[in-house]
Amino acid sequence: MAEIAPNASFDPARPNPTGFDPEAAAATRRHFWSRFLVYAVLALFAMVYLVPLLVVIFNSLREQSEIARNGLISVPRSFRFDAWAQAWGSYCVSGTCEGMKRNFFNSLAMTIPATIISTILGAMNGYILSKWRFRGSELIFNLMLLGVFMPGQISLMPWAFLLGKLGLTNSTYGLVLIHVVQGISFTTLFCRNFYVSIPDDLIKAARIDGAGFWRIFRKIILPLSPPILIVTVIWQFTGIWNEYLFGVVFTSGQQQPITAALVALTAGGTTARAYDVMSAAVLIGALPPLLIYLFGGKYFVRGLTQGAIK
Amino acid sequence: MSALMIRNLHKSYGSLEILSGINLEAKTGEFVALVGPSGCGKSTLLAMIAGLETVTSGEIWIGDRLVNSVQPKDRDIAMVFQSYALYPTMTVRQNITFGMESRGVPKAVQAEAVQRVAALLQIEQLLKRKPGQLSGGQRQRVAMGRALVRDPKLFLFDEPLSNLDAKLRVDMRTEIKKLHHRVGKTTVYVTHDQVEAMTLASRIAVMNQGSVQQFDTPKRIYDRPTNMFVAGFMGSPAMNFIPARLTGSTSISVRAADGSDASLALAAPMPAGAPKDVVLGIRPEHIYRFTTDLKSRKPAVASMQAPVELVEPTGAETLAVLRLGDLEITGRFEPDDAPVMGETITLGIDMSRACLFDPTTKALL
Repeated sequence: MAEIAPNASFDPARPNPTGFDPEAAAATRRHFWSRFLVYAVLALFAMVYLVPLLVVIFNSLREQSEIARNGLISVPRSFRFDAWAQAWGSYCVSGTCEGMKRNFFNSLAMTIPATIISTILGAMNGYILSKWRFRGSELIFNLMLLGVFMPGQISLMPWAFLLGKLGLTNSTYGLVLIHVVQGISFTTLFCRNFYVSIPDDLIKAARIDGAGFWRIFRKIILPLSPPILIVTVIWQFTGIWNEYLFGVVFTSGQQQPITAALVALTAGGTTARAYDVMSAAVLIGALPPLLIYLFGGKYFVRGLTQGAIK
Repeated sequence: MSALMIRNLHKSYGSLEILSGINLEAKTGEFVALVGPSGCGKSTLLAMIAGLETVTSGEIWIGDRLVNSVQPKDRDIAMVFQSYALYPTMTVRQNITFGMESRGVPKAVQAEAVQRVAALLQIEQLLKRKPGQLSGGQRQRVAMGRALVRDPKLFLFDEPLSNLDAKLRVDMRTEIKKLHHRVGKTTVYVTHDQVEAMTLASRIAVMNQGSVQQFDTPKRIYDRPTNMFVAGFMGSPAMNFIPARLTGSTSISVRAADGSDASLALAAPMPAGAPKDVVLGIRPEHIYRFTTDLKSRKPAVASMQAPVELVEPTGAETLAVLRLGDLEITGRFEPDDAPVMGETITLGIDMSRACLFDPTTKALL
């Protein structure tokens, strides 16, 4: 910040007829350069992040022949949406020529139920762990928190065993189950910490008013919950959609979610690489989380920072 | 019949005892105040009456029912919280009807009840608003409306006025008193403010460290506090405690400012077996400027000299800090007749209003 030198800028004994104040001008100049530096660094980092995205977008619109001629990183000379159509519906991956369509819908069929179920369970866990504490409830909460820090790889073997027993290997239901269970730690953490800020007096008043466990949840807790539920849904949706490890390990071929299928696309082997189609497929795979971020991003920040009662 | 009866109630968390041996009762229509410093257990006691806290041992009776293990909703009580605890997402109307809706009261009956309560509390124009759009005083009214609409056997108030500013607090205090006169419901009212307790209650339970020190009418508590804690807690400025020595069955002596002993005649003879050393408790308003006229009006007045250290005029009255031995006491004077700083005045102490305490047991003699 610019410092204020009171006597230099205003001295009643020595009025400044020109109105020029060298101290103030220097301060303004310093301010300008410090701002300039900040924005320059920010712009640089923004470019580092955005250029790859831009390259992929360009390549999805360029002809394969043009990519071959001018290289991967180049401004498009041609604009076509053929690659998008192919990637969506007709590109051949290991024998089947259906594009990414089926895998896209697999991902939706996995992500939507898993998001909804894990969010509902998280809200209920949070409600119980914050408002209906019992002996050992803090311990349970801390154990659930462990899940937040546990990498997915650790649970691969147990899941393989469990899915095998349940007959859910290579199925979207199996992935839904995995993501619901793996997601509960986060959803519980979010909701519990949000509900802690709801005054206990509300619950007491409702109990005296004759409301029970469920009625308090539905009539008092849930109406206060939209900020945190939006956070949880965004978090879960993007996390589950982008998840790759479980998809690639527990499903194959037509059952794969889109993240796993994209790998199969690049592992084409003998044929020449269709960079245009690959780019379009990657973008199709990235679109849902991107849209969620664009439309829900501001609610995400708001929900995480605000308490239950303003 | 009593609306509320509490017998030998205990509450402890593990080895930590919060309440020990509470005995209380409220007759039907009575207004009982629980008053005490923070941490004395009064709010815990109220929560136990409401059923929000479990009972460790002892009995709570509401009406003719032992309610120790009865759910809060089935105790036939209503409660007003310090934070008001209005449901933030509901309108005022929904806040008031929530309890009836939980109990499946028909819509028509609900509407009628809301009208009645809204008219009583003058909140008709607020019914469509959300709690966030109300001022502190309005929230307070709505919280009372929510309690009143249920027509319960017992009203519980947990420091309902402590979130309001000073002026509004006095207004709402008056309103609560009027309201109680009108609806005549048995009420238990928790407060740390002894003035609130004095003005509202028909009986006051003064609590300290988890037990009831005295349970009596405001007048008895003020005039004849059973121990030095009650005496010091009730009344502002607080009662003066002056160490004294019994010099006979009807007189005591206290140390004056100049180190000499002043003898004060007691209004009534001390019982035999009283300790030699006592504590004289005298309220500031029972200290006067001594005149012969005063002596003829109040024959029990005893006189002694005291220098005036400090004078604090408040407008309605003037408080004077007086030197007595190595201790300072406060006297309350008429502004027109107040002493001035530095003056040494002859005090007239109304011994008929004095209390004597045992300095070791702190109990009233």
